[in-house]
Amino acid sequence: MSWIDIGHIDDIPLRGARKIKTSHGCVALFRTGVDEVFAASDACPHKGGPLSEGIVHGQSITCPLHNWVFDLNTGQAKDLAPGEEGHIATYPVRLDEGRILIEGAKLASRSAA
Amino acid sequence: MKKLVVIGAGMASGRVLEHLTDADPDAYEITLFNAETRGNYNRIMLSPVLSGEKTYAEIVTHDSDWYAARNVDCRFGEQIVGIDRETKTVMGEHGPVPYDKLIIATGSAPFIIPVPGKDLPGVISYRDLDDTNAMIEASAKGGNAVVIGGGLLGLEAAAGLALRGMSVTVVHLNGHLMERQLDEAAGYLLRKDLEAKGISVRTQATTRAIIGDGRAEAVLLEGDETLPADLVVMAVGIRPETRLATDAGLEVARGIEVNAQMQTSDSDIYAVGECVEFDGNLFGLVAPLYDQAKVLAHALLDEADAFVVKDVATKLKVTGCDLFSAGDFAEGEGREDIVFRDPARGIYKRLVIEGDKLVGAVMYGDTADGTWFFGLIKDETEIDDMRETLIFGPAFQGGDTADPLSAVAALPRDAEVCGCNGICKGTITDAIANGATDLAAIRATTKASASCGTCTGLVEQVLQVTLGDEFVLPTAQPVCGCCDLTHEDVRRLIKSQELKSQEAVWQELGWKTRNGCHVCRPAINFYLLADWPVEYRDDPQSRFVNERKHANIQKDGTFSVVPRMWGGITNPDELRAIADAADKYNVPTVKVTGGQRIDLLGVKGEDLPAIWADLNKAGMVSGHAYSKGLRTVKTCVGTDHCRFGTQDSTGLGIKLEQVLWGSWTPHKVKLGVSGCPRNCAESTCKDVGIICVDSGYQIGVAGAAGMDLMETQRLCDVATEQEAIDVTVAFVQLYRENAKYLDRTYKWVAKVGLDWVQERIADPAERARLIAAFELSQSIYRKDPWAEHAQTQAAQYQPLADLTLEAAE
Repeated sequence: MSWIDIGHIDDIPLRGARKIKTSHGCVALFRTGVDEVFAASDACPHKGGPLSEGIVHGQSITCPLHNWVFDLNTGQAKDLAPGEEGHIATYPVRLDEGRILIEGAKLASRSAA
Repeated sequence: MKKLVVIGAGMASGRVLEHLTDADPDAYEITLFNAETRGNYNRIMLSPVLSGEKTYAEIVTHDSDWYAARNVDCRFGEQIVGIDRETKTVMGEHGPVPYDKLIIATGSAPFIIPVPGKDLPGVISYRDLDDTNAMIEASAKGGNAVVIGGGLLGLEAAAGLALRGMSVTVVHLNGHLMERQLDEAAGYLLRKDLEAKGISVRTQATTRAIIGDGRAEAVLLEGDETLPADLVVMAVGIRPETRLATDAGLEVARGIEVNAQMQTSDSDIYAVGECVEFDGNLFGLVAPLYDQAKVLAHALLDEADAFVVKDVATKLKVTGCDLFSAGDFAEGEGREDIVFRDPARGIYKRLVIEGDKLVGAVMYGDTADGTWFFGLIKDETEIDDMRETLIFGPAFQGGDTADPLSAVAALPRDAEVCGCNGICKGTITDAIANGATDLAAIRATTKASASCGTCTGLVEQVLQVTLGDEFVLPTAQPVCGCCDLTHEDVRRLIKSQELKSQEAVWQELGWKTRNGCHVCRPAINFYLLADWPVEYRDDPQSRFVNERKHANIQKDGTFSVVPRMWGGITNPDELRAIADAADKYNVPTVKVTGGQRIDLLGVKGEDLPAIWADLNKAGMVSGHAYSKGLRTVKTCVGTDHCRFGTQDSTGLGIKLEQVLWGSWTPHKVKLGVSGCPRNCAESTCKDVGIICVDSGYQIGVAGAAGMDLMETQRLCDVATEQEAIDVTVAFVQLYRENAKYLDRTYKWVAKVGLDWVQERIADPAERARLIAAFELSQSIYRKDPWAEHAQTQAAQYQPLADLTLEAAE
């Protein structure tokens, strides 16, 4: 595991999000109502909406373009109509004394996935 | 006999000596140093000493007889100069003592935040009996106390000082109290209980300095507010006291590093208690300290034992408020919540489930089942079978679910249900008792819900709660799946129950989710800021992206930027600045909008603060083209140039825009002012459309030209420009106070009726009240969000990190 320090938890607003740039596109970092952080692909599989601009509620994120809702634990879209499918990649992230650490190996493997 | 020296007479080392001397009284010749001039007492009981419920004598655990009986040589009040590991000697102030084995039990030291004035007399930390006595002495004079830190220790200090008659304010950096033990919802309830005891609580408050001439007189907060303070208690946290160990060259991380036998990097030196770090963990609760003490006593007697870190539940009573937390309720993946709230009894419970196991629990108000839940967490019990009723505890397996009407049932008799007619719940239940058993009868006998009708849902719920099965509730659409109440009910209850924070709404109205969803939270955010402009501030994280970023997101993730052009009037300087900005930021599309201004489309999110700063420099501000708020005031040129113009329509449009801009409304608001009935400004399809005529101004409202095409309805005619402005402001405020979030004015007016709106606006007292309420709100929101964001929040618009050069390789 190679953990990369990408910032402090207070750099992300409570119930808010920021994004980081990687060579394979942006990854969104979400901070929930309690001090926990999730990382997932920034692009909604529906129409590519920037998820880091959405509303964080509970452990879910709502896409700002068409209100698709994803569970940040699994990346699975919730309450879809029959026949629709949606999933975003999630990435291991942890907190150490307020610093946000993201796992580099899985990030790097994005292009292969 | 081997010599054992112990530095520090606290709860951990006290327990070591107990175990050691009980097992083998003759194993060691013991010398005990302590910086305090006394032996061991129960530090957990300092709070009752502070509040006066107990005396020091009652909390002593090891008195001088105890030490004497075990031949412990006590050197209390003596400082340690150093430890010489070469000669195995501890240097006391009054002379050296040789050791075979040494225990460092220096505990922890209060963390003192490095602000100016921290060393002034009157600033006290809260850690030992001397601190406690200093606080008791200070409180004898009464006056104001400020406690910095809203953790367990700080709140205990605050409660004790309040009981001793001081006026206490708690200043806490985090958004809610005891954030390490409680989630936001439980923190809200705790705050409410403390406030009911007369303790003021300031969260998200940063201390900048303690000020005073010769002694503490006040605490200065970020934002230049001062809190008067005769006594300042610093209780922001503790850190392991490691100075002796560091000086002696032992390995120290955050605490003194020990192995599972409590041995430091020097095999003859042990450490125990709050000063140690084991496997990355620090320890503050008493249970693991006692475990450590037992292990250490065994190690000193060469008996095999090893310390392991155990999951610990926190069950606390903070100043009479029951709270409980256990396990991991804040972090981890693949988890789900079960939330139970009983607003009437102030109870909140949250269980965190991962797979088929319970992993965390937070409870407030009723912690009776805490131990049972903690057992489920510790034993990793499979809970699938009892999941449905798990939250009701062990006594309630297979029982009923909570009553969705409990929030209404919990309302007191004097809670106002109908605001128009001032009807309380009690009046309605009395009417029901006298035979009014349906909505029409309630309206006829009490007038409740007979005016604007927005409280209809509430009245029906009161009927149902009172009559039970005899009343069949018409199905009303709740706000969303997070609650059982309609928008109208929520608005009414926010007003009548004086709910002034999101947590208050979630708790008191029985929300089923932790902090709402993308449907309800923006609505609640608006209702709170509209009804409590001073007490509640807009929460950007509860707004859609456009309103959070003050720009309209486009389908490719770029944004549009529309500066305000008051009344559609501009000048060459503004146009040049717009052209320069378009060049500088490579704006692909520049468009003239239907609202008489210019739209710069395709601006990158990262460039927003910079382009705003450039436009600000030319005197332009946000046009709010993105907001549920005032968009534009479209005008024609009126008497300035037009041969048909009857009044100064451009001037009135500019004045209206300058009064109304920046305010948040339930949905967007567009205005038009036409200089004559030819209506070149298309005023007759606006939320407020004014047509100037020779005799004055015709004011129409509730028009729209969007999904529905609606012509305005005549609200009234007025003679003067000032009256036209007053009526417009009063109408917008009435809309802000009463409409459902995301209802345009035409939908709202259709629900409440134009007559009702006309009556309210025509009443001089009500009109004046509406204007004053709007002005109060505008004292906060009539400002340029672009300037604010460009100056103070520009960093938020940039990526948090750029890993394009690493990680991927």
